[in-house]
Parts: sequence; C-alpha cells; structure tokens
Amino acid sequence: MPVKVSKEKCTGCGFCVTTCPFDAISIKEEKADISEYCQMCSACLTACEAGALSTGEGEPSEKNPFAGYKDIWVFAERKQTGPQSSEVAPVAYELLGAGRRLADARGSELCAVLFGGSDEEARELLKWGADKVFHAANPAFDAFNDEPYARLLSSLALKHKPEVILAGATAIGRSFFPRVAARLRTGLTADCTSLEIDAESEQKNLIQTRPAYGGNIMASILAPRHRPQMATVRPRVMKRADYNPEREKTGRIIPVETDGESLKSRTKVIECVRSTDDAQKVNLHEADIIVSGGRGLKGREGFQMLHELAGLIGGAVGSSRAAVDEGWIPYCHQVGQTGKTVCPKLYIACGISGAVQHLVGMQSSDTIIAINKNPEAPIFNVASLGVVGDIFEIIPLLVKKIKERRGA
Amino acid sequence: MRIVVCIKQVPDTSEVKINPETGALVREGVPSIINPFDMHAIEAALSIKEQLGSSAACSVCVLTMGPPQAESALREAVSFGVDEAVLVSGREFAGGDTLATSRALSAAISKIGADIIICGKQAIDGDTAQVGPEVAEFLDIPHISYVKKISGISGAVIRAERMMDDGHDVVEAELPCLITVVRELNTPRLPSLKGKMAAKKIEIKKLGLADLGISEEEAGFKGSPTQVKKIFTPSARTGRRMAEGSIEEQVDAIIKELMERKCL
Repeated sequence: MPVKVSKEKCTGCGFCVTTCPFDAISIKEEKADISEYCQMCSACLTACEAGALSTGEGEPSEKNPFAGYKDIWVFAERKQTGPQSSEVAPVAYELLGAGRRLADARGSELCAVLFGGSDEEARELLKWGADKVFHAANPAFDAFNDEPYARLLSSLALKHKPEVILAGATAIGRSFFPRVAARLRTGLTADCTSLEIDAESEQKNLIQTRPAYGGNIMASILAPRHRPQMATVRPRVMKRADYNPEREKTGRIIPVETDGESLKSRTKVIECVRSTDDAQKVNLHEADIIVSGGRGLKGREGFQMLHELAGLIGGAVGSSRAAVDEGWIPYCHQVGQTGKTVCPKLYIACGISGAVQHLVGMQSSDTIIAINKNPEAPIFNVASLGVVGDIFEIIPLLVKKIKERRGA
Repeated sequence: MRIVVCIKQVPDTSEVKINPETGALVREGVPSIINPFDMHAIEAALSIKEQLGSSAACSVCVLTMGPPQAESALREAVSFGVDEAVLVSGREFAGGDTLATSRALSAAISKIGADIIICGKQAIDGDTAQVGPEVAEFLDIPHISYVKKISGISGAVIRAERMMDDGHDVVEAELPCLITVVRELNTPRLPSLKGKMAAKKIEIKKLGLADLGISEEEAGFKGSPTQVKKIFTPSARTGRRMAEGSIEEQVDAIIKELMERKCL
C-alpha cells in the first residue's frame, strides 16, 4: 500500500519527487502521484511542507501488508577465474540448495538471478533446483561492479517483489548486497549458518540464524515488518540440492534487458589479479583433511609439528584466530568467523579451546578429532573423538606411529 | 580534502566468557576497545593526510555513534593525530541494526562533509561488514570494500586494491568515495605525546536526532527492520566419544579413527 496523497493539501511543489529513493513520485496534473514502486520508506513525509502525504496509518489497513510478495530468490554469483574468464561460483549451487528447501516449505517458486555469463550457465542453475532464472546476459555484467549490480538487483526486486533474497557471504556478496538492502530500505542479516521458515508466524517469516557477538553465541534474527527479507549465507555451510537434468524442461529462463544507463558506475575495475601460484595458496576450502592449531601450540615451533603431521596424512594446516594474532602463522590459514569456513572430511583440532567464532568455521566437518589439555574446553562439544592430553606428547607419538606403520 | 573515519567502540570479544550454567554472556570486566579494523582506518586517513602534505589542506575527522562513554574511543583516536571528533548520541539511537545505524551515520557525514570516508571492514562484535556499503548507498556515493592498498589519490579519483576471495582487483572510484579497509593495509601507529595532550583538551562535537534531521521512527530499534528473536549457545555434537587410558591407548584410538575414515 503506497503513501497516500491528500489532493486538497498538495501544492504540487514537487519537493517530494527529489527525496524519493525509488523514483516512485511524479507530478501529474499539478499533484503528487505515487506509483507502485513506493516502498513506504516515508522519506517524502518529512519533505512535504504542506503535510499532504501520509502513510495511511490509523485507517483500516489491509489484512496482509505483504500480499504480492512471493518467491525465494538467490543471487547466483559468478567469480573471476582469470583476467578474461569467469564462471558460476560454487556458493550459488549451495544457495539453490538452501533456497529449494525454503521454497518447498513456503509453497513458492525458487528463482535464481544471474548477471553476465552464458545461456548454458543459466540452464545449469535450473538443473540445480531453480524454477526460474532471471538472466541479464549482457557480457558487461561478467565482471563484478558494486553499483550496477546493486542497481539492477534492486530494480528487479522492486518489480517482482520476492519474499526472500539470498546471496553468498563472499567478498562480492558482502560488498554489494548491503547496498541493495539500503536501497530497498529493508533488513539484511550477514553470514547466516541456518535458514528456516517460521511455520508458526502468520507472515511465515524467515528465521535467520548467525553467529553473533564475536561468534561467542548464535542469534536468530527476523525482519517481521519488511520485505524482501535479505540474508547472506556462509559458503560451504548449506548442502546443495539434487542435480536433475530433467528440470531444464520445466524451468524457465527470463531474459533481463539492460541498457547503457544500467551500466553507469562511478567505480571502474582496472584489473583482476587471481592467484595462480599454488605455493602461495593455502587451499583450506578444498582440503579433505585439515590439521589445525591454536594457542595451545605455544609458538611457531608447535606449528612445525602440525605441518609434519599434515604432510604425512595429506592434509592442509589451519589455525585459530589466537595463533594468527600471536603471529605464529599467517592469516590465510585462519579458520573461523573472521577467517575461512571449511567442511573437510576430517578436522583435527590441536590445542584449540573452541571459541564459538572458531567453531562456526569448522563444525560442519564430517569428523572432528579434538586434542586439548582442558577437559572442559568447548571444542569437545563438537568433537566426534575427544582426546584430553598434552599435544606435545600426543602429536609426536602419533607421527611416530604413523611412520612405523608406513615403514612396516 | 576532508576525510571522515567511522569508528566503533566494541567489547574486546576475545575476552568474552560464557556462563556455562545460563549460557549468557559475561560482560562484566570485558574491556572496551576501538574496533581493531577501525585502527587501520584511522591509520589510513592519517597517512593520506601526511602524503598530501601541505599541498592540499587536509583534515581528518573521526565519527562514532554510541553511548556517552564512546567519547573515550574518540579521544583515543585523537591521540593518534586525528583533528576533529564527532559523537552521534542519544537514547533514540539505541538498539539500531545496520540500516538504522547507516542512516544515522550518513546523515552525520552529510553534515560534516567528506571527500573520503574510511571504515574498518567490519566490527568484531557484529561482524556484519554492512554499515560501510550501506552508508555509501545512503549518501549515493561509490564505495570500495576490503581495501588492502591505496595506490594513489589524484584529482577526484582514488585508486585502490580490494581483496577478493582468491586474489585482488585494482579499482578506481570517483570522489567522494567510501572505502572499507583490512588489516593488510597498514600498521597502526602509537599515540604521540602531542596527540595525548590534544586528546585531553579536544572538544567533542555532539549530534543528536534533531541535528541529523531523522525522525524517531527511523532511528534505533524503531528504525531497524531486523530483530533478534533469540540467542543461544551452539548445541553439542551427538555421538561424541572420548579417548580414555594411557597416551599409547589414546594415540591408538586416533589411529583407529583415521583408518575408519580412510585417512591413513
């Protein structure tokens, strides 16, 4: 329900037109006219000196203020793989998995939004669970740029009114998604680790759960009075939906037209540099086994012990924030809320107490072995196998025994 | 050239403890600090000012929103060499989410005036990284996130390197522009004696709701779309086993686990 104009009071001064962030006001026959793009942000209310604008509060309101909002949207991020090449990022398929479950719970459609990229990529998104793909195929959108991305996604959202929009909590998602939320004057929850529909609420709100307060606790967050409900989701937390090539037949690809105006930007990407040097890369995301160390390692030397163990079992070395802050190991090894989120087959936590901010980055690992001196350490709450003991005794003995087995 | 640095006073989350019985946060005795990423934002502003030298009149203003005690964070910023300090304060602002916070900060920045706005990439208590880009959107100016290097500022353009998940981009943006910065950008300086003196004397400018032209409905809890429904500590994994016995036996238990998981 848009802002109401009192035709008696309106002087047609046009001052409200410039204040509207959504270009929803125009002057028709010397009176303000509010279009369906009005988001009830109330920005115009304070601008109107004649007091001609109101939100209609106090008058009988419609039963459901969110009528017309439907569908779950996911932003299918593409990542630059080289100076001239890019592809759909893995997080897009995870979002489709999370989105599929929400859409099924809500009885609505799941739509993917793809900027740039090929027709084939759009069809892949259908096979991974989308019912519709909004595809802006203009190759100018291949490379990420905050302003055009934010503008295009907000205008699509204003037009089609999705109930929910999700994006990856990646460098790209975390940079432009807040701009979209600010444009739409709606809420945005960062870094969600779980999403579900509140079946008990009349509005069927989205319950967005994320680590809070430095990751020491989890918080469930709602945006009960606003639509769309927006959230970014941590990569590698959500499970992908089932891949079904048959879905291509029933799914639809909806082309999104873009023009020169939509590409306008005050930022220019001069160069994309992607790391190709494997030695420089700490590939925690793709490692099947991670051997991780924390404050209990007491220094750089402790990490040498972990490197040896990791080398023996073909794993990568991770660390807690405490060890990075101490300067024992570079930041690129850090696992946790302000580092990387991982879910390897096996995670061995050595001398890590397990602050929630570390746990959120690794607790979805298939198997977790925790070794710590303190039997009360919270890391044991998420461990599959807990070992209370001195890592400086246990790891060397473990290394020795593995070597013996190999020798035998 | 006018630079505004947005900072936040935060509890030192590395010192936070949880009451194991109630699951509640123990806030007593947790020290308040300037958000660590904001220290790099302050340093970035000061080094831009030094590089521009006397060729361009440049001033650095530090801005925060918070309760009256946030003044101490502003004074600390002044001790590093910041010229001015502004505090947005009032009970109406309490409980604001990123949208309400960004709305208030952007209104304050419009009042102060800025060519460059610098924020830390995120605050360590909320970890959302949303306020920077949202402020830029409210001000209708460009932004560059996760800046790890400022290559140059010439005329009305800033060139910077922004960190991406697997590399970096070189980006140019027109001024006025907002940037959010990461640790890799610089090493924050220590306070100077002159700065400490200035920090004691400086008069901190205070802005309230009326000064910013924001209605009560747009500020704080009322102006926040998101609401915290509940807070809890993560649940324990089911089916956990503990390795008992001697060190030998414990290590054997690990090896057995490794073999079962086909990691050996």
